[in-house]
Amino acid sequence: MTAPVTHVEHVMGTVFSFTVRDPGPRTAATLERIVTRLHRIDELFSTYRPESEISRLGRGELPLTACDPDVGWVLDRCAELTAETDGYFTATPGGRLDPSGYVKGWAVEEASRALRDSGSGHHCVSGGGDVQTAGGPWRIGIADPHRPGAVARVVTGHDLAVATSGTAERGPHILDPHTGRPATTLASLTLLGPHLTRLDALTTAAFAMPTPLPWLTTHNIPALAIHPDGHHEHTPTFP
Amino acid sequence: MRRAVITASATAAGVVLLLSLKPHEPSRTAAISSAPAEAATGSSAPPSAGSGTAGGTRTVTGSAVNTRYGPVQVKVTLNGSTISKIDVVQYPTRDRRDREINSYAIPQLNQEAMTAQNADIDVVSGATYTSDGYTRSLQSALDQAAGR
Repeated sequence: MTAPVTHVEHVMGTVFSFTVRDPGPRTAATLERIVTRLHRIDELFSTYRPESEISRLGRGELPLTACDPDVGWVLDRCAELTAETDGYFTATPGGRLDPSGYVKGWAVEEASRALRDSGSGHHCVSGGGDVQTAGGPWRIGIADPHRPGAVARVVTGHDLAVATSGTAERGPHILDPHTGRPATTLASLTLLGPHLTRLDALTTAAFAMPTPLPWLTTHNIPALAIHPDGHHEHTPTFP
Repeated sequence: MRRAVITASATAAGVVLLLSLKPHEPSRTAAISSAPAEAATGSSAPPSAGSGTAGGTRTVTGSAVNTRYGPVQVKVTLNGSTISKIDVVQYPTRDRRDREINSYAIPQLNQEAMTAQNADIDVVSGATYTSDGYTRSLQSALDQAAGR
């Protein structure tokens, strides 16, 4: 068995990491292409860069028709998710154009897809704590929001995506779009599913809901909520 | 999709993935004890001879990685292929604030890195805090240890 290939890249204001357990002759070049693509996505979508297309679009300096086709495509997907989540997912949190809640998960899943296309069926991609795996088993720790650096639970799975939203590291930063106030119902919320893009967006949306667990149960999504008092609650489908 | 849960209570963080670090390139003969001598620092103990899979205790120093606050460099002590210690040999200390941050952050990063390895976790969801310089220097040390 060949040794896994790993790569770590600082991009989009966080760390992306890659582990390919079945590297082949195309792996290195594919990782290089993925990393270039991640930096390109950051250039387009970063709200921290005043010159990014999303910043210029938000300020009304650039029409959508002049933007990269990815920008319009992402905003369309965001609109679909807004409808699906009763408005709890939004590309304009706090009234400002910012589809970051979609972009990071999408970038991670796209990277995993590129690895699959290059022939890898056994890899793990993480972007700032949101994880897409292929093959397995992978052991994925879920960060404990009450003990920095500690893990609350470990989920083991194949072809699994795991997304977590929480207040531990960045404080209350997810706004309830219906009240405009930071969501503080939960300390953290973790969702499991096959595809990270949708999962990540649903995690952000559900985190802002006053009662996320019933909504997630209705939608049959495996979820683990950690409450501010430390107790755990999960939907029936969470393993 | 096959899933199972193992409940655990272990310490880990965003640097976790690094700890399953193996060589960047596939290397069929890459028993970790075959790491080249130039990868090790002067203070390293020699790998035990004749063992195909495990070496003795040795140390490998990562590259000094420049961050906006200054260079960060770590030194890894390995026992065979297991990390037994991570020392930070260089970190930003330009002013009091740097020193305060690092006196808190670096022991924490070390603790996270060490326990993550013990917990045998591949990756952590929900941990976004990480030190770019620390992870990159650690990666370069482990790359060297793995024989590159």
